[in-house]
Amino acid sequence: MQDNLHVERRVISVIVKNEASVLSRITDLFSGRGYNIESLTVAPVPDSEYSRLTIATSGSVRVIEQITKQLHKLIPVLRVYEHTDLVEKEMAMIKFPLNESLSDIETLCNVYNGKIVNVGKDVVIAMVADEPHRIGFFLEAIKRFNPKEIVRGGTVALER
Amino acid sequence: MQISGAQMVIEALIAEEVEVIFGYPGGAIMNVYDEIYKQNKFQHILSRHEQAAVHSAEGYAKKSGKVGVSLITSGPGFTNAVTGLADAYMDSIPMVVISGQVPMSLIGTDAFQEIDAVGISRSCTKHNYLVTDAADLPRVMKEAFYIASTGRPGPVHIDIPKDVTAQIAEFNYPKNISLDTYKPTTKGNVRQIKKAIDAIEKASRPLLYLGGGIINANATEQVREFASMCGIPAVETFMGRGVMGDSNPLRIGMLGMHGNYASNMAISECDLVIGIGVRFDDRVTGKLSEFAKNADIIHVDIDPASISKLVNAHYPIVGDVKNVVTEFIALAKNKIKSEKYVPWLDSIAKLDKLHPLSYKEDSDRIKPQWVVERIGELLGDDANISTDVGQHQMWTAQFYPFSRPRQFMSSGGLGTMGYGFPAAIGVKRADPSRTSINITGDGSILMNIQELMTSVIYKLPVINVILNNNYLGMVRQWQTLFYDDRKSETVLEEQPDFKMVSEGFGGIGYRVTTKEEFDAALKDAIEKDVVAMIEVIVDRDENVMPMVPAGGSLFNMMLPSNSTEGSK
Ligand SMILES: Cc1cc2nc3c(=O)[nH]c(=O)nc-3n(C[C@H](O)[C@H](O)[C@H](O)COP(=O)(O)OP(=O)(O)OC[C@H]3O[C@@H](n4cnc5c(N)ncnc54)[C@H](O)[C@@H]3O)c2cc1C
Ligand SMILES: Cc1ncc(C[n+]2csc(CCOP(=O)(O)OP(=O)(O)O)c2C)c(N)n1
Ligand SMILES: [Mg+2]
Repeated sequence: MQDNLHVERRVISVIVKNEASVLSRITDLFSGRGYNIESLTVAPVPDSEYSRLTIATSGSVRVIEQITKQLHKLIPVLRVYEHTDLVEKEMAMIKFPLNESLSDIETLCNVYNGKIVNVGKDVVIAMVADEPHRIGFFLEAIKRFNPKEIVRGGTVALER
Repeated sequence: MQISGAQMVIEALIAEEVEVIFGYPGGAIMNVYDEIYKQNKFQHILSRHEQAAVHSAEGYAKKSGKVGVSLITSGPGFTNAVTGLADAYMDSIPMVVISGQVPMSLIGTDAFQEIDAVGISRSCTKHNYLVTDAADLPRVMKEAFYIASTGRPGPVHIDIPKDVTAQIAEFNYPKNISLDTYKPTTKGNVRQIKKAIDAIEKASRPLLYLGGGIINANATEQVREFASMCGIPAVETFMGRGVMGDSNPLRIGMLGMHGNYASNMAISECDLVIGIGVRFDDRVTGKLSEFAKNADIIHVDIDPASISKLVNAHYPIVGDVKNVVTEFIALAKNKIKSEKYVPWLDSIAKLDKLHPLSYKEDSDRIKPQWVVERIGELLGDDANISTDVGQHQMWTAQFYPFSRPRQFMSSGGLGTMGYGFPAAIGVKRADPSRTSINITGDGSILMNIQELMTSVIYKLPVINVILNNNYLGMVRQWQTLFYDDRKSETVLEEQPDFKMVSEGFGGIGYRVTTKEEFDAALKDAIEKDVVAMIEVIVDRDENVMPMVPAGGSLFNMMLPSNSTEGSK
């Protein structure tokens, strides 16, 4: 399969049994086989013995196909979804010095489904939740407010 | 019943009908060893190195078709066993390897002989467990045997802390098992199978490409029947040696880096590849973009990840070989006319005449290939053959007349020097009535030489035929061909007296320089029925030919300079 060398971004959801070291099985698979992880989030599936991992990765069609097959081959993996038509969101939190314009920050956050969530002695914390690429734009835009710290939550996704 | 974790291990092994395990004791696994002492349901063989214990279990598993079992201690015991785990993983051998671990309270404290065993084995096992509660042991043992032996077989590692083997809990060995997250597909998709048969009917130059998966599936009979019913020629992989039986007229040979000319040309010229239980290894395909360039590809494999991993399959069929080929046979009856492929067979026969597998005899020196052929002539079907890794291994694959599956045990995927001797001991344990021969090299044999002791004590005689070329020959061959013959660290000038080494352990030895001496030594060794070393001084400059340089195309082979002479 020399064709399809074109590299694409993909979001894959993996439903795994909640058991010891299941996360390292997944991350070891990616590092051992030279696959790329752009982001990875994990949380329990409510009322079940399973967790859901959302992995954003990239690779050629062949590599993506191998990733899903190799993931499925892991014993504690129940299901693997390779999403094509999905709603994808990511959250980010940003800490600003209190001397920046709060109303400007608030307005900008609104555009990206966010708001100021905490005001402390000398810092404010804002959060936004939007598509990952839009989070990228947002983080560009807030540079001028001198953010002190940024955390991104990683992608979560659901098939439409 | 309330028993200790250690007793549970024993009870589970008995419930799994294990008759022999290979192992080596130590602190963290002593509770289990104490229970081994008290029981008499299965045999424990004390190998003299944990790596060898795992290889012996592999040899036993490969020969018997059962799960091989190995028991080892924590820390260095476990790390010694890792090569064996990796070997079994690469060659899809069903294994359960149980290791002791430091007590739970000490895990993570850099305790004496502590190593993160499951962390290490994760990437070279099909699955692994760290058991933290004795109550989990019955389930874990049951799952381990089930996972090791079903789907694409492989090694499963169970790490048990010392306090867990002491802990008392309820033992109730599960009879049946079903795992929500592990359900191998064994029955092929009927529509895909139909399409594949249609493709075979339409093809004019179909070729069977047969591998180790057929042996795993115990489906040799079905594959032979399908081939002969349809009159389709076949090439075997290294791991597939023995599938067709070498006297089968439809068998062209082994393909790949050291495949014969006709096999490599046939796969390059065919218009349909029927790959069964193969994994398109780079030693087989050479340059991927040129591999079977003119052909559509049918690929039957139980592991979906094996399909279209390297070469795109036009007709992917996930399933067990036996089921799928049985369906093939049913559908192909009355549909595929074997006469159709006669011209194709003729053209392959011509290719084989052009450059048959051959070597040039020499009146002064024994040719290594001759030794392999000679063992074949003298023992043929009566021997099981193991090898180490190197030139001798390839000559064995090329020149031994294999007649059946599970006759040839060799480390294909990992290429582990030191595999052959311990594996041959396991083979002898599984099939005592046949002679167990390890064809080895002067380099490899030293990598598990201590197994002379195991072989002597347990009366599991192996005849080690050392093709002594005073070289790490396979590496020397690459140096000769690709590094201007600079023999960096491959010349083995000083060597032990192999005869004396063998005798020192209670075995026998021979050093032979002529054909007559070889025949006599082999005959004598078979009669004496103890472990033997037959050191054969062979022509040291011989190269394994044909050869496709790494990354080259299969149809561009280096051929022996004498390719139209020789005995074969
Ligand atoms: C020095 C050296 C040189 C070598 N040169 C060559 C060479 O020239 N030619 C060559 O062929 N090899 C060569 N090898 C061996 C090579 O590295 C591989 O081990 C070998 O080619 C793999 O064989 P295989 O494709 O049959 O796969 P195997 O490793 O036997 O894998 C079996 C395949 O079958 C599948 N399978 C297993 N069980 C079932 C089942 N029940 N039903 C369906 N499918 C199943 C598995 O999923 C897997 O895909 C060499 C090795 C060494 C060390
Ligand atoms: C454990 C291990 N180390 C190194 C190698 C690399 N290697 C492959 S073949 C070979 C030479 C083997 O020499 P010998 O056993 O004498 O066999 P010959 O090729 O001479 O027949 C070496 C060093 C290997 N396959 N395994
Ligand atoms: Mg040698």
